[in-house]
Amino acid sequence: MSTIPWLTALGVLPLVGSIVVAALPRARHTLAKQVALAFSAATLLMTVVMALQFQGDSTEPFQFVESYPWIPAFGIDYSVGVDGIGLVLIALAATLVPIVIIAGWNDVEEDDGGSVKGYFALVLVLEALMIGVFSATDLFLFYVYFEVMLVPVYFLIGRYGGPQRAYAAVKFLIYSLIGGLFMLAALIGLWVVARQETGEGTFNYLSLVELNIDPNTQKLLFLGFFFAFAIKAPLWPFHTWLPDAAAQAKPGTSVLLIGVLDKVGTFGMIRYLLPIFPAASDFYAPVVIGMALIGIFYGGYVALNQNNMKRLFAYSSMSHFGFIALGIFVFTEQGVSGSVVYMVAHGLSTAALFLTAGFLMSRAKNSPLLSTYGGVNKTAPVLAGFFLVAALSSLALPGMISFTGEFLVILGAFERYMWVGALATLGIVLTAAYVLRVYQRTMTGPLNPDLPAFVDLKAREITALVPIAFLTIALGVLPAPILNVINPAVEKTLLISELKFESAAFVEVPAAEGVSP
Amino acid sequence: MGDVGLSLAIMLMFVTFGSVSFDDVFRSTSAASEGTLTAIGLLLLLAAAGKSAQFPLQAWLLDAMEGPTPVSALIHAATMVTAGVYLIVRSNAIYNAAVWAATAVVIVGLITIFMGAIIGSAKDDIKKSLAGSTMSQIGYMVFAAGLGPIGYVFAIFHLLTHGVYKAGLFLGAGSVMHGMNDDVNMRRYGALKGLMVITFITFMAGYLAIIGIPPFSGFWSKDEIIHAAFERNAVIGVATILAAGITGFYMTRMVAMTFFGKPRWEDGVHPHESPAVMTIPLIILALGSTFLGMALLFWGNIETWLEPVTGYETQPTPLPTWVYIAVTLTVVIIGAIIGWITYGVRPVPIDPPRGSWLTRAARKDLYGDTINDVLVVQPTYATARVLTWFDAKGIDGFVNGSARWVGRIASTLRRSQTGLVRSYALSMVGGVFLVVLALLLVRMN
Repeated sequence: MSTIPWLTALGVLPLVGSIVVAALPRARHTLAKQVALAFSAATLLMTVVMALQFQGDSTEPFQFVESYPWIPAFGIDYSVGVDGIGLVLIALAATLVPIVIIAGWNDVEEDDGGSVKGYFALVLVLEALMIGVFSATDLFLFYVYFEVMLVPVYFLIGRYGGPQRAYAAVKFLIYSLIGGLFMLAALIGLWVVARQETGEGTFNYLSLVELNIDPNTQKLLFLGFFFAFAIKAPLWPFHTWLPDAAAQAKPGTSVLLIGVLDKVGTFGMIRYLLPIFPAASDFYAPVVIGMALIGIFYGGYVALNQNNMKRLFAYSSMSHFGFIALGIFVFTEQGVSGSVVYMVAHGLSTAALFLTAGFLMSRAKNSPLLSTYGGVNKTAPVLAGFFLVAALSSLALPGMISFTGEFLVILGAFERYMWVGALATLGIVLTAAYVLRVYQRTMTGPLNPDLPAFVDLKAREITALVPIAFLTIALGVLPAPILNVINPAVEKTLLISELKFESAAFVEVPAAEGVSP
Repeated sequence: MGDVGLSLAIMLMFVTFGSVSFDDVFRSTSAASEGTLTAIGLLLLLAAAGKSAQFPLQAWLLDAMEGPTPVSALIHAATMVTAGVYLIVRSNAIYNAAVWAATAVVIVGLITIFMGAIIGSAKDDIKKSLAGSTMSQIGYMVFAAGLGPIGYVFAIFHLLTHGVYKAGLFLGAGSVMHGMNDDVNMRRYGALKGLMVITFITFMAGYLAIIGIPPFSGFWSKDEIIHAAFERNAVIGVATILAAGITGFYMTRMVAMTFFGKPRWEDGVHPHESPAVMTIPLIILALGSTFLGMALLFWGNIETWLEPVTGYETQPTPLPTWVYIAVTLTVVIIGAIIGWITYGVRPVPIDPPRGSWLTRAARKDLYGDTINDVLVVQPTYATARVLTWFDAKGIDGFVNGSARWVGRIASTLRRSQTGLVRSYALSMVGGVFLVVLALLLVRMN
């Protein structure tokens, strides 16, 4: 194990960047953007260097571990470390932040509610917190990151959003705070349970998974965490903050919010709910699977009826989160691995959709309405091409990473409950319907005569989109590198949970040999 | 929808066999129950139906004819649409072990043979008529694949000959359209044989191949399918002969309306032969339409060609083979004669006559789109509207309602914070009184 404090450094770097950006003179817009881009690029570079040292076959639960006592009186440590799941999500965040900065170069203006440098400083703060939340191995530390993240997002929506940004930001905040409150209560409960059992209260993840919590207590504590996670990665019926937030936020904010931040919810389900509360996870699985299935169809149907692209993508994401939650709560290796791949895939496809749509909207007075557009492929073929890639990635075309995730999730579900898997498969048809509807309405057909004169994508915009398209297709064709990182972590997670069970509640299946069929 | 079938079939295979490689699955079919294999077979059929425009997933093919003609020729006639046939033949191990699934394949194929033929007989749009014909011919292939080892190889045989002659027919239609200012309405064609000689001759090669006149290629493959049908069952055999007769009718209709009769061209249309870049492919494909069947059968040993993969067997038929050929040819020629009398001898009206109920239905693709619309599209959008309403009024209504409710309580409570010292003093006295009272009550217990 290396002695370099990778994860701390990775969190500190963007934080320093944000301070530097914030300290710049208010009028130096371009400089602020350049500094922000430089810091995010450095963070990405560092993430890549760190990821290359990650041992896929390590038997350790976490790598790049650091631990320092923080509040010893309550057994709270600053301890961080990543497994394969945390690593890919950190990599996702580190990849998307520079892309968002490039894409949102001209999205913010000085009189736009807040300052230009403020926007980019907040994005960097958010990056630091995202890296923190995925690397925390102390549950209290996780909670702190989880809650503090709300602050930059609140300002990103509330200051830099659309006309109803105040409503959307407050709604987001209240929803998240209520979820966080439940989690805090459960967190304290967990600490008390730990003290009763071991004589010493702790928030250390590895100690907590060792506990043998009474099933009834588990059921109660599970709910506290689950509410918080189900609001964050919005599952039906906790989702209504998302369309409002997405509709009001800048495209870049939406990318970070839906693409990365919301994954904290599903990440939390895998990292905390399954291993710490296995009995409760098993007990509530049918309910969660039901919510997930409803979400898949509900989100899909509502997306089919939206005229506002941003809201449409939000509902589409809700449907996708249904798939992710489904994969987690069938407790099969394929399902959980598929969910993690799906999280990455959804991060990429969400980024592609929101950014391309953002570029489109910036050319037509920021109208998010489908009816504004039509026939765009005639005047802006490059934009239409990227939009098509984004759309196909969202509908999980084979050859795209989203297909790998979706297929594994459904396969995992199918192994456990055949009819659930079959039903979820029908959700794909709905996805295809609403995704293609968006593409047809905006890009094909006769050119809408009301559209202003149109220029195709500029070099800066293409620069932002190319890496996403590349990753989507490269990891779709060759998912092995990412699956090799994820699978051992998933196996360990399921193993820890399985140990808690008296009976073999998990269906043991032959391994898929790392590559989707 | 077809892809859902394929996905589910793959997953069922994975769950059953622990593998999805063709090799592993097909080697171990004996280990699975017949029920599972039937389910896999039906799901694969669904996948094949979607890709190959088979009933009940046939409606898309006719709409796909809006695409450019070479695309129609390549994708919608020769190659992509036949992937479903390949899938079924490839999965022969499944169907051999699941009789009901194989029977379903036969039925789907048979229904589609007739649906396509009927649609092809009624369309005035030359490309859509050809699309109906494609549906019908792929129906033959699917049908043959459902017959089992007596039919697999002929499904592929017909796939090959059809691929060539149908590509030729589509490109021929494209050549005609090129000369007619991209008009697709055959009622506006007529008398083109002298003006577009190469197109005409090559089209005739495709025509003779598709209706199955010896020695053109379609004869050999279709005849084998019909014969295989009789090996299984006389009823389905008769049905395939009948469908061959309809093929003779609609193709003669097409040829008569396009190349014979009186010119019914629109003003300003000057039909002319297409340039070499269009006619040379036509010639090549016409040669294939003429000789490919014989070549594959006599020099290619097509009958035993797939034996290592799918097995091949023949069963005795009650009558000698030449009888079936003779009957088939007679029926085809009767169909062609009816087509010739109706559209070649009698003048073709420019405005389509009202037609029988069947014609009217066939013009509307046998209501394929309408049925999809009523059964699938409308309910889907209705559900979408209801759920959108529910999301705004139900869930979000509850959320915002709670928020308003909290706000109302807050403003009510705010009234107590009057800022008047006297009322605060009063409430303090009240509070003290309550505390004392509470203490007294506790003491007493």
